[in-house]
Amino acid sequence: MSVGQAVKCIVTASFAATLCIGSESAHADQSAMIKIDGSSTVYPLTEAVAEEFQNANRGKVRVTVGIAGTGGGFKKFCRGEIDVADASRPILKEEMALCQKNGITYYELPIAFDALTVAVSPMNTWVTSMTVEELKKIWEPSAQGKITKWNQIRSEWPDAPLILFGAGSDSGTFDYFTDAIVGKSKSSRGDYTASEDDNVLVQGIEKNKHALGYIPFAYYAAQMKKLKTVAIKGKGKPILPSAETVVKGTYQPLSRPLFIYVSETAAKRAEVKTFVEYYLTEGPKLIAEVRYIPLLDQAYGMARERFHRGVVGTGFAGEPEVGLSVEEILNRPPKQ
Amino acid sequence: MLRRRKRTEAMFKIVGIGSLALAIGTLALLFGALVVEGASRIDWQFLTSFPSRRAMQAGVLPALVGSSLIMLVTAVVGIPLGVAAAIYLEEYARRTWLTELIEVTVTNLAGVPSIIFGLLALGLFVYILGLGASILTAGLTLALLILPVVIVTTREAIRAIPVQIREAAFALGATKWQTVSHHVLPYSAAGILTGIILSLSRAIGETAPIVTIGALTFIAFLPPAPFTDQPPFLSFEWLMSPFTVMPIQMFAWVSRPGADFASNAAAAGLLLVCMTFAMNGLAIYVRYRMRKRVSW
Repeated sequence: MSVGQAVKCIVTASFAATLCIGSESAHADQSAMIKIDGSSTVYPLTEAVAEEFQNANRGKVRVTVGIAGTGGGFKKFCRGEIDVADASRPILKEEMALCQKNGITYYELPIAFDALTVAVSPMNTWVTSMTVEELKKIWEPSAQGKITKWNQIRSEWPDAPLILFGAGSDSGTFDYFTDAIVGKSKSSRGDYTASEDDNVLVQGIEKNKHALGYIPFAYYAAQMKKLKTVAIKGKGKPILPSAETVVKGTYQPLSRPLFIYVSETAAKRAEVKTFVEYYLTEGPKLIAEVRYIPLLDQAYGMARERFHRGVVGTGFAGEPEVGLSVEEILNRPPKQ
Repeated sequence: MLRRRKRTEAMFKIVGIGSLALAIGTLALLFGALVVEGASRIDWQFLTSFPSRRAMQAGVLPALVGSSLIMLVTAVVGIPLGVAAAIYLEEYARRTWLTELIEVTVTNLAGVPSIIFGLLALGLFVYILGLGASILTAGLTLALLILPVVIVTTREAIRAIPVQIREAAFALGATKWQTVSHHVLPYSAAGILTGIILSLSRAIGETAPIVTIGALTFIAFLPPAPFTDQPPFLSFEWLMSPFTVMPIQMFAWVSRPGADFASNAAAAGLLLVCMTFAMNGLAIYVRYRMRKRVSW
């Protein structure tokens, strides 16, 4: 290719590019598209629902799902860029304010449970349960460099090093665990092996006799044999995480509901409305497949009713709360 | 005295070989692990399927198409701009403090972390120009990212052409543009191409800026086809389509619960490495062809 040809080629290409930008708006809304973004914890679930929904509609409706994180998702949601936000925690005050400023009203719909599992290696013979206070003693910021041996937590446990694994500070898991255990979101000791990739944590805990770590329940459920779970003693008896204890609300404080937030304006579009209805009716079947814990049927019924009746707003006051049942949340009068 | 120097010599050799072995060994180990885990997963189904919650039904089609189309936009925008800028700086611009400043800036830009380009693109392309999270935005972002590298390598290649060639051309009455287009560019094309392809292979593995501008993870449809059955038969709608790319798809699979998606991730990684190798291979081949044609 001579230089002359090359120049011609460039000119044509840039001309074409200009043309396309010009004509873009004319073609934008030809086929129905539902835009979803947000929490990476909720992602596998929304992906499964989106996949089935697209199959059921024979490709007439196109669904896209991103993983910008709960915070990133809400930012886009409150700017009106997406139709549905995936969230692993309720909407916060600043986000509510941003939505209000841009005139975005929303449905808050719980869709599944997520639980955090405190786990040790199968080689660990001494631990079966722990109290929330003991976990706090291990994980609070002041424990850094001080609580380094198992016998510092309970004297009958061995005089062996305590090797900790946990979520990286960018993940929703980290926020939730610190909030539930230490009492303040994002407040944790720093001298532990942190990873955003929970599979790495599973491996680390499995292979190390003296390890202790926390991971999302779905990751434990996927490889149950590799890990030994620790029962958590909150107010009553020590409770092991399982689908039953989470749904009953006895596995506390380490279980939480996951949400989707649907924009009221978007929900007026037929494709978004059918998608949300599909999520709340077909979702429970798919949830087990991606190893999350479905809500009680009654809760899905309440969520559907809320959506049909057009009840917008959040059941929270813009602050994360630990230990609420889904029915309680849905029974509260929602706020904007 | 002599023996001491010989010993130093031998020691340096060992250190050198050691570093080389470490570098190549790591690469071989990583690549080997990807092949072992992922090679058997790559088949027609994997290449032509959309993402799915079932590992065995999932595929890389949208990511493959997304990465390729974005590279196309990046090349079409980034290369002409970069080469033109380099020619101007090297052949036309007079040396003033302004060109000096531009030079320093360009060199520094080549070392700016890619996420910064992503933030710039988010503000400029996505919000101010309203291009949205589209293939066009991603392509333009990566074009910006490779621009400094293309400029720097092109200038190096042009500078390697002996001054005598230009003077001979001028002596025969050629204009500057004739000198550049008939002599300087063809002779330095091999070097320029190498730089271009190396920068494109860097761009294809880039994730941070793409995530910043809003790439998606689940997308089970392809951009609209570039050809239509109605005049003008060409459509550029695909430029505005949402997208995902290979590294993001790979990351999404790596971080899934359970081991069943691990082989998918390895397979996607293997494909990405192969794409990079293919691009580098192309660069080497083209350079070889061009070297053969140039004779002074």
